[in-house]
Amino acid sequence: MGEAAWPSLPDCFFIRRGVILNLFKRLRRGNLGDNIFGFVVLLFGVSILVIMAGIVFQLWLQSAPSREKFGWSFLWSTAYDVQRQNYGAGVFIYGTLVTAFIALILAAPVGVGIAAYLVEIAPRRLNRVVGSMVELLAAVPSIVYGLWGFYALNPFLRDYIAPPLQAVLGWLPPFSGEFVGTSVFTASVVLAIMILPTVAAVSRDVLRAVPDAQREAMLALGATRWEMFSRAVLPYAKSGVLGAAILGLGRAAGETMAVTFIIGNNPQIFKSLFGQGATIASEIAAKWQEASGLTLPVLMELGLVLFAITIIINISARLLVMLLVRGPRGGLRA
Amino acid sequence: MSYLHEISEPVVEVQDLNMYYGAFKALDSVGMKIAKNRITALIGPSGCGKSTFIRGLNRMHETVPGARIEGKVLLDGEDVYAENVDPVRVRRKVGMVFQKPNPFPTMSIYDNVIAGIKLGRRHKKSELDEIVERTLNQAALWGEVKNKLKDSGMSLSGGQQQRLCIARTLAVEPEVILMDEPASALDPISTQKIEDAIQDLKKSYTVVIVTHNMQQASRVSDYTGFFFIEEMGAPGQLWEFGETERIFSNPKRKETEDYVTGRFG
Repeated sequence: MGEAAWPSLPDCFFIRRGVILNLFKRLRRGNLGDNIFGFVVLLFGVSILVIMAGIVFQLWLQSAPSREKFGWSFLWSTAYDVQRQNYGAGVFIYGTLVTAFIALILAAPVGVGIAAYLVEIAPRRLNRVVGSMVELLAAVPSIVYGLWGFYALNPFLRDYIAPPLQAVLGWLPPFSGEFVGTSVFTASVVLAIMILPTVAAVSRDVLRAVPDAQREAMLALGATRWEMFSRAVLPYAKSGVLGAAILGLGRAAGETMAVTFIIGNNPQIFKSLFGQGATIASEIAAKWQEASGLTLPVLMELGLVLFAITIIINISARLLVMLLVRGPRGGLRA
Repeated sequence: MSYLHEISEPVVEVQDLNMYYGAFKALDSVGMKIAKNRITALIGPSGCGKSTFIRGLNRMHETVPGARIEGKVLLDGEDVYAENVDPVRVRRKVGMVFQKPNPFPTMSIYDNVIAGIKLGRRHKKSELDEIVERTLNQAALWGEVKNKLKDSGMSLSGGQQQRLCIARTLAVEPEVILMDEPASALDPISTQKIEDAIQDLKKSYTVVIVTHNMQQASRVSDYTGFFFIEEMGAPGQLWEFGETERIFSNPKRKETEDYVTGRFG
């Protein structure tokens, strides 16, 4: 990777300042077409920020009754009492994080494995085929995953996967209990499939960013391809792969329709994965139509919480990926 | 052209070697013998196939997609391209130091040195300590790093990193060490240190070094091979080979003379 490929921060700043200066020059010259073009494009650019700010503002405004009533304890309270109008986000945050984490645990090894295959082993032609298949996975609409999860995957997991799991690990709380209808387990598996393209695609980019000099160094020492990957490539790329995983986590946390179909929308702190639960997104999707009185502001505040969670997850993931792809590591420093 | 007659007991014997990148022929029927416990320098203008040639000796050439090879490379009389030969085994016997230092950035200096031997059988801690000290000494780096073996390999200067890479290669105890312009990215003082290290290496190793630096070739090597391309796009050839002294004082071919006297290159 040439160093010139990445402009340093002052450079970026300088270029951007240059663009703006040019814009002003043109304004003064009075070139109408360019003025209009510049203005319209600027509007489009700014509109993203306006929309983001608008969403947060609306959620904040409309959740006011809920925020005033429950205060900060809304975040950790696990209350869910319709009669007494007492609500907390705890149950839903729990459901969101647990399903997202399980999805990640299932998807991360497979996703990194796909990336490793694409970068290290696949011949060029196959590379493109498998690569676009993975990207197609991401193009399947969420609702289709929901239907498939409900009618195909759930019965399969219930009849063929859950019994052997319970036979071996049934003494552990997460694998105890009965698999009745839909379940947290099925929801997590569907989520895992849904985030697989994200994890695989980002991991692939990250593994590609590892300099070939690192691979050659390990190969020349008499390493097999596996040793090369596990001892030189993966350690070099680990922060980026972690970033890929966290991006997947972010996607899983925000996923709505498929989960709403499958998880059962039962607001409880589930102990068994075969039981039912609810995530923030599934709760909002399931309840908004019948919301009245305090429930609407509660849903709005839940939305605000979800927004914050996914933003935090995404920013930290992107920072990790950026650190790797831009960082001047390996090779010559002088 | 082949120069197989000059060396009687070669470690490596290359016979009629053709190397390709896809449809492009990079090297044309090279024959060469590489003498045991001697330093062989390969010189020639850029793009004439010197680096490609040494990558053919330890089967690194085939890691490039589309790369292909014809001919024989005998290591101790055994063809490294024979069907039953594992390239991994070849690379353990024929080590390589690259043009740009490439230590493993996530490993300490100590772990960098033992990265290669950790791939093989298990070693005792005391054994490893001994190997690290010995190879870092051979690479003329021990004195500079003995008090910070646990620091990252990236904390070293470019020249020190390259010597670390030499130590890492030595630790595997190969028979032959290939060096692809090991000092071209370094300052003169670092270059000097690396040249000194290479001189010492020939007591126990056979070294093949690619260099653009004519003084370096004449200073360190016993034998010199001059690679040349007749025109752009043509494959590289081994134009002349012989004892370094003769190549530099009394070359047989005009192009060799022009090159070593600096008339082109």
